[in-house]
Amino acid sequence: MSTLLELKNVSKIYGDLHALDHVNMKVEKGEWLAIMGPSGSGKSTMMNIIGALDKASEGEILLDGEDIAKKSAKALTNIRRDKIGLIFQQFHLVSYLTAVENVMLAQYYHSVPDEKEALEALERVGLKDRARHYPSQLSGGEQQRVCVARALINYPEIILADEPTGNLDEANEEIVVELFRKLHEEGTTLVVVTHNPEVAEVAQRTIVLRNGKVDHESINPDFTGKIKHITLQ
Amino acid sequence: MFIRMIAKAFLRQWKKMVMIAFTIALGASLATAMLSVMMDVGDKVNHELKAYGANISVVPKNASVISELYDIEDGDVSGEYLAEDELGKIKTIFWAFNIVDYAPFISTEAVLDEGSTVTVKGTWFDHHMALPTGEELDAGVISMRSWWEIIDGDWLDEQKLGSDFCMVGTGIAQKEGISAGQTIRLKGPKAEKDLTVAGVFDAGSDEDNEIYVPLDTAQEISGLEGKVSSIEVSALTTPDNELARKAAEDPGSLSVSQYETWYCTAYVSSICYQIEEVITDSVASAVRQVADSEGQILNKTQMLMILITILSLIGAALGICNLVTASVMERSQEIGLMKAVGAHNPAITGLVLTEIMCTAVIGGVIGFFAGIGFAQIIGHTVFQSAIEIRAMVVPIVIVLVIVVTLIGCIPAIKMLQSLRPTEVLHGRA
Repeated sequence: MSTLLELKNVSKIYGDLHALDHVNMKVEKGEWLAIMGPSGSGKSTMMNIIGALDKASEGEILLDGEDIAKKSAKALTNIRRDKIGLIFQQFHLVSYLTAVENVMLAQYYHSVPDEKEALEALERVGLKDRARHYPSQLSGGEQQRVCVARALINYPEIILADEPTGNLDEANEEIVVELFRKLHEEGTTLVVVTHNPEVAEVAQRTIVLRNGKVDHESINPDFTGKIKHITLQ
Repeated sequence: MFIRMIAKAFLRQWKKMVMIAFTIALGASLATAMLSVMMDVGDKVNHELKAYGANISVVPKNASVISELYDIEDGDVSGEYLAEDELGKIKTIFWAFNIVDYAPFISTEAVLDEGSTVTVKGTWFDHHMALPTGEELDAGVISMRSWWEIIDGDWLDEQKLGSDFCMVGTGIAQKEGISAGQTIRLKGPKAEKDLTVAGVFDAGSDEDNEIYVPLDTAQEISGLEGKVSSIEVSALTTPDNELARKAAEDPGSLSVSQYETWYCTAYVSSICYQIEEVITDSVASAVRQVADSEGQILNKTQMLMILITILSLIGAALGICNLVTASVMERSQEIGLMKAVGAHNPAITGLVLTEIMCTAVIGGVIGFFAGIGFAQIIGHTVFQSAIEIRAMVVPIVIVLVIVVTLIGCIPAIKMLQSLRPTEVLHGRA
């Protein structure tokens, strides 16, 4: 496997606060990586930086061999458009567009909207029959699946999911994780930020952040990509 | 997709769009009304100011020289006269349509029955004549002496009563005990004539000590048939500017293009020049007090209209600014998402501006027609006549609506462009 994403001594500093402090990390092509950590550990900051939504204060960020750390805002927009698929905890669907139109929105800013292709993406996430529904008519799980379809539509090199199951119940959490498993099987590179150990455990590898630094990382020896719920006694 | 997004954004925030359209409509309506009134107010104010009398005086060339030398206002001092048969030519000049009214005058001394000497002025009251162009014209002092108060009898209806009537100033009437309906005998240098007093007037000036008779009557008793000593002309004019002032001093100093501009503009000096061209050996000059008052009142009225237009547009821009900024703030997550999925600032700016400009078009059209209505209300209320809507108003209002809308959108666009997706998508930087 070749390296798709590499962070070299990346720091993000706000005044005296080091949200990220000389972080080094690699993500291989086709890998499924989970990033964990307590609140304030720098998970979302890292997500923003590798998602080209924010700039690092220091360090290099190599995406597909290209250092994006010093790129202009315009170039970062192009990188997000062409190479990155983003999934958010709050879904962030445009309320006045239907499910299929929300998927087409990403196509519109990437190239040319193609409704047929958008419907196929919704079919992949099992929502073709809900394509004409507005976000308010969809359940949380369905909205998140629309987000997944939107993230997939432009065939990104990497999908970044920020707490993708944070607002979902158990059943929908399983559906979304199952979608990730399928994407991973198809060769999609996934980086999932989560505070949920059950979601992190299904990934191939987990990095744990603490105080803006990589505290430790672990590889899942029993990687199946399937969620195992912990039953409380 | 773009049109779909615009249409759906419209439907979703229709209340806000209605408010924006209303704000633009308000600004556009005031701009339309004020511009329409402003463009038409020149004619309207001119018509109103015609009540102050003639604004051009025409006298024989030599009489003008003597008047200037000795500061004498009466044009009869030189014994020079203008030809009565040329009077119709005044309505054939380039600015003939701007000649509202005119009347010739001839002055003579006459002895009343009682033996007192009085000044008799011959003029047209409501003279009907055929023009050299084949058209017909009614002209005379009735509309040019609107301030005369008829205290006994009535105006001399020249067409109905003929030449054997006169109007007597209140000074003479009181002194000589003359009243309407009475017959007086006027003995002029060449003839004498019995005239019936049609009315007694109070002019509040030296005219109260004069007797006004039809022009041919005055010519007959003075022996000056076919002659007039002066002409008063009431014309609609454009306020003077630098070019007009330069031309008034010496039309020969103008370049060809300046001359054409001046000649084809209804400046009082160009109308005077054109009158001199058709009346032999005449000097036409502006009655400065009237001409200047017209110009000043017109300029001040127009200034007021411009000020109201500017203030209304500033108000509209501020209203648009608040509404669009509020709209962008409400949609900050949507805008952040668009940026996150790869939309550049110009694309999002274009989307928002298109929404607002579509709203502006609707508001502008409604405002334009409302403005026409406002203009008519102003016209009928202030000037008792309709305001003509000039074609020029349409492009001006379009440009103003676009400019005001764009200016109103500037803060919102700046905010939109500086909005960082991380701030609105995660609620943190």
